[in-house]
Amino acid sequence: MKGGSQKTYLAIAVAISFAISYWVPMDQYVREIVLTIGINIILAVSLNLVNGYTGQFSLGHAGFMAIGAYFSAAITTFWAPRWFPSVDLGSGVAATSIFFGALLAGALLAAVAGLIIGIPSLRLRGDYLAIATLGFGEIIRVIIQNTDAIGGSRGFTVTNGYTNFFWTYGFACLTVYVVANLVNSAYGRGFLAVRDDEVAAEAVGVNTTKYKVIAFVLAAFFAGIAGGLYSHFKQYLHPDGFSFLKSIEIVVMVILGGMGSTAGVIAAAIFLSLLPEILRFIPQFYEKAFGIPLPQLLDELLKNRMLIYSILLIALMLTRPQGIFGGLRRPAFLTSKKNKPAHAIPS
Amino acid sequence: MPSLLELRDCTMQFGGLTALSNLSLQIGPNELVGLIGPNGAGKTTVFNIITGIYEPTSGAIDLAGKSIIGRKASAIAARGIARTFQNIRLFSSLTVYDNVRAAFTMRLKHGITHALWRGKPFRKEEAEINDQVYDILKIFRLENLRKTFCKSLSYGDQRRLEIVRALATQPKLLLLDEPAAGMNPREKEQLMELIQFVKEKFTIAVLLVEHDMRVVMGICGRVAVLDYGVKIAEGTPAEVQKNPKVIEAYLGEEPAKT
Amino acid sequence: MNQLTQQLINGLSLGSIYALIALGYTMVYGVLRFINFAHGDVFMVGAYAGFYAARWMTGKFHTEPSILFAVTVLTISMVVCAILGIVIERLAYAPLRNQPRLTVLITAIGVSLFLEYGGQQLFGAGPDNFPQLLPNYAVLNTAAFTITTNQLIVLSVTVALLIGLTFVVLKTKIGTAMRALSFNPTAASLMGINNNVVISFTFGLGSALAAAAGILWAVNYPSINPLMGLLPGVKAFVAAVLGGIGNIPGAALGGLILGVTETLVVGYSDKLHIPPSYRDAVAFVVLIAILLFKPSGLLGKAGSEKV
Repeated sequence: MKGGSQKTYLAIAVAISFAISYWVPMDQYVREIVLTIGINIILAVSLNLVNGYTGQFSLGHAGFMAIGAYFSAAITTFWAPRWFPSVDLGSGVAATSIFFGALLAGALLAAVAGLIIGIPSLRLRGDYLAIATLGFGEIIRVIIQNTDAIGGSRGFTVTNGYTNFFWTYGFACLTVYVVANLVNSAYGRGFLAVRDDEVAAEAVGVNTTKYKVIAFVLAAFFAGIAGGLYSHFKQYLHPDGFSFLKSIEIVVMVILGGMGSTAGVIAAAIFLSLLPEILRFIPQFYEKAFGIPLPQLLDELLKNRMLIYSILLIALMLTRPQGIFGGLRRPAFLTSKKNKPAHAIPS
Repeated sequence: MPSLLELRDCTMQFGGLTALSNLSLQIGPNELVGLIGPNGAGKTTVFNIITGIYEPTSGAIDLAGKSIIGRKASAIAARGIARTFQNIRLFSSLTVYDNVRAAFTMRLKHGITHALWRGKPFRKEEAEINDQVYDILKIFRLENLRKTFCKSLSYGDQRRLEIVRALATQPKLLLLDEPAAGMNPREKEQLMELIQFVKEKFTIAVLLVEHDMRVVMGICGRVAVLDYGVKIAEGTPAEVQKNPKVIEAYLGEEPAKT
Repeated sequence: MNQLTQQLINGLSLGSIYALIALGYTMVYGVLRFINFAHGDVFMVGAYAGFYAARWMTGKFHTEPSILFAVTVLTISMVVCAILGIVIERLAYAPLRNQPRLTVLITAIGVSLFLEYGGQQLFGAGPDNFPQLLPNYAVLNTAAFTITTNQLIVLSVTVALLIGLTFVVLKTKIGTAMRALSFNPTAASLMGINNNVVISFTFGLGSALAAAAGILWAVNYPSINPLMGLLPGVKAFVAAVLGGIGNIPGAALGGLILGVTETLVVGYSDKLHIPPSYRDAVAFVVLIAILLFKPSGLLGKAGSEKV
């Protein structure tokens, strides 16, 4: 795809999002699902840059989302009314600008956090990096929990639900554009080189630290955007929603889609966002198809979303660790001998 | 002739183990120097301190007169030192083409913002790099394999690719770590020709670590011998071959005369 | 000063429980170089195994709190969890033995979630009230501090288990085999060691210790729920890393240090100007500090990649 035409496609995609947002009616239920999918796409695609393309296992993505969510919400709910007391913040140009500004501010703060966390952590390998990022994510959550000004464990109610289809999918398109374009360039080969073999990467002049930090910070930025979109969509925030379980949900999307495949990750994000609905639908479908209701035990099990997730995860790792789409451009670090444990147990 | 690379009194200690002891070595700008010694003598350690993977415990390393000690490995690569590895380290999920393309990242004039904006200067540079990658692959007759994943290549082709990738960084000095390992005699002949061709065509210096004496003696102008981290001999291949200390290091002491 | 002694006693009690869980992490890491994310949830299963065992015994035999009762419940729990640990290893981890570490790490996360949410399915979301196993009273009550029997039980059981573990690791054949495996699995198997058996044994042993920790925890904090393993699990992991992951005495030491630190931070929260609700953050801060400054831990040795 020629360089110039990609920018055109992005512009068209954003324009279409705008059109759909303002002229296509959507009922509440559909809207909820569609917006959730959009936000999850941003989260999964951004995390894929770090975990999939650069090979750094980050388990703290929810922390960056939280920073974006809370900071942008604080701007629109507390500070904007105080700074612009006479302006109507419900709708109109002023509201749009404030929202856009708040989103960016939240994302930038998340990016700064990414820098602060990334620089020391990225010295660590594999499991240790995973644990360190998990730790940082939890520290962020605990700090939020103990900050009364933003509600702490009582939760934070956001005044204005600015998020709509345009904002969500506009940013989703932008995220995909940024990540895909970055990786599919001569510059972007650096990320993959870091993933495949850090020592060899350094030997050909790839500054592995710089690449890791860039991936980390960029991913944190978009997680922050997703957070801001989320807070002005659900309009209620609670620190428990940004725990390491949330980070795992996003990681599952990346793994299912196949680390290192943006298209795969998008598909996985869509599938996993729809999963609760699918699970909810199965008992109804069963009853319609067979005339009798689903056995109660199965019905209860299907409602236990995290249980289904865990079974999915285990089954996936045992049968196809490279994910659904990962086979096409097999990321070697999931299957190659080089990354097999040095402490290999002879079978 | 002023030397391109100079090691002065380099010592490398890992805790209680002294891998290298007061090693001094000079390599001129277009020399082909061999580094030999029994297993565990410290040859790869020499490579590792030159390329910045380890920092020598003491001593000095100068490239074209400037010290490279303490610099990051990628910075040293940018200054013109490239290497291959004992156990081939290719980018296993990438194609032949991309393995070489990765070597061009450090010379990019148009980096991250341009990759995103994709304006004319970016596209022009991408096209140039594309040509350069194709050209260098062509020199080594790998251009038809450029879309193949490097994992599917034969062992010999993988070794060749690793050398090509190293050369793509436009180095002044190329370090080859046991490039002939696992090759049959015919392949080794081709490798010897390849190394000499590389040295002449790209006008670079080569430091070669090898166990196969025929390869070393066949192409190297000068040979240094390491044993237990100490340089025990240096000279032309003929001189070194006759040196009793070298013989002792490889074969053990002369049996006592009865 | 008075407060300090009491805090130390409380801290040692808490730290002992962390130590018991940490031992499981460290043994598995030593033998497999793998962080068993699901280990904290085995701790939870131990508490629930004890819960149901105690309830069943009380229902069937009308047992009263007594030492025999406590020991029986403890033993049942440890056996159940040992079996659970071995089953998990065989089903979920063994097939991935030579896969890259990332794969089995993700699987472990899956197993952890499975135990947690499966637990919610089986036991209900809780909280459940753990029955009293032994009467609890103050054994030593001075102006400066109080020691209760519960705390003494925690300390004595932990010490007993530690002595038992040391004996197994140092003096038995299988313990030696464990140590051999942790140094060099190939050589170990060439020496006639059946790696699979040793690995299963390690998982069983670590899980049994986690079960004991679960019972001791439930004795001191009787409210149990299926997600109770999350925080103590992560903290015990931090303790293992603090002591030097793979190092058995290190895990015990790390557990005690972490328990004391956490208790002191909370106990002196007003003087330190840190709200007591930050107690959980203590472990994470310790973790980050260790990983950044001394990743090999207090008693561990740094490993490096051969280039």
